[in-house]
Amino acid sequence: MSPKPILSAFRQALSEAWAGGAGALLPLGFFAGAAVLVPLGIGTEPGMLRAVGPGILWVSLALSSLVTLERIFQSDVEDGTLDLWLQAGAPVSAIAAAKTFAHWLTAGLPLALMSPVLALMFQAEAGLSLLTGALIYGLGGLAFFFWGGVGAALSATVRRGGLLIALIALPLYVPTAIFGSMAMRGAAFGDTAPLLLAASTLFALAAAPFAMAAALRLAAD
Amino acid sequence: MLSATNLGILRGERVLFEGVSLSVAPGEAVILRGANGAGKTTLLRILAGLTRPEAGNVTREATHHWIGHREGLKPHETPRTHLKLWGQAWGAEADIDAVLREMGLSRPADVAGRYLSAGQKRRTALARLMLDNRAIWLLDEPFTALDTEGRDQLLAMVARHRQSGGAVIAAVHGDAGFAASREMGL
Repeated sequence: MSPKPILSAFRQALSEAWAGGAGALLPLGFFAGAAVLVPLGIGTEPGMLRAVGPGILWVSLALSSLVTLERIFQSDVEDGTLDLWLQAGAPVSAIAAAKTFAHWLTAGLPLALMSPVLALMFQAEAGLSLLTGALIYGLGGLAFFFWGGVGAALSATVRRGGLLIALIALPLYVPTAIFGSMAMRGAAFGDTAPLLLAASTLFALAAAPFAMAAALRLAAD
Repeated sequence: MLSATNLGILRGERVLFEGVSLSVAPGEAVILRGANGAGKTTLLRILAGLTRPEAGNVTREATHHWIGHREGLKPHETPRTHLKLWGQAWGAEADIDAVLREMGLSRPADVAGRYLSAGQKRRTALARLMLDNRAIWLLDEPFTALDTEGRDQLLAMVARHRQSGGAVIAAVHGDAGFAASREMGL
């Protein structure tokens, strides 16, 4: 088996996201928008904002990861690229993982990088904890994108399948959301919460590609 | 080179076809005939391994090229980037410029797929056949959208491919333009 098709799939997904123009910025806008509107809704008392901030950011992250997932496999079905990838001679799970990873790099990583700014708006203390926070959001976001990819693959042949993706992916988001918010609350749970979050992300990385591959084969059938 | 025995497939509740067998040897070309909806595309997809048949099995003894009715060209890809990408994916060392020239794609070589005409997209898809030397060509309505010149080009490619021991299975409406070893009705 040659890794060349996998690299090509990764490159194609990156250039497709790049060519999508402002579309790639949509999750970022959604993430920031949700986080900016919350203080307007619940009031500006600093203690309260500090308490709810990390949780609000988790919810916003989970929801904004769903915004563009619809397109990652659906466009491949529509333009016939999926048929070519299925015959490219590489494991379909690896192709799907490469595409999802490329999608996370363009749509998910920017969310994690922006999280310190939004955390500051929620009265978080400026310091190193903002960076560990970004790392934790990045790790959790990766799991969100891979589980979301399963939903995207399953609904690849469904027009306007966004709602379906949400219904399939949201239950799979639960472990990551739980461990992630535990990790953000830090002290109360010691060092184990970030490790559990990392474990749940690793599980997503290991299991989701096979589910995506099976779903994509079905979509082409 | 490729043989299929007793293929049968259900689409929904309906038997699309059953008991279909075919085989193709080096240098041969098989043309699939049938009305719209008879199952030509489905049969080709089964032969390519994309669709799983309910009955029967397919043995491929060589690698194959697939030209479906969806071109596989992304809206942002130009013919050049498309061929470069698949050349890399397949580990093929073809000279992209020469392939583009031969397919008459030199002029729109750097135009994004969304601005290409249907015929230019079709030519780009057919250019993949020249990237990598594969013995079996599975072509689904390959002449769609091609002008006379493009049609002649494809016919020449098919003739060359058969001369060098390749095999072609194609679903075609009307006059195929090349001498088929066998015609199969569905």
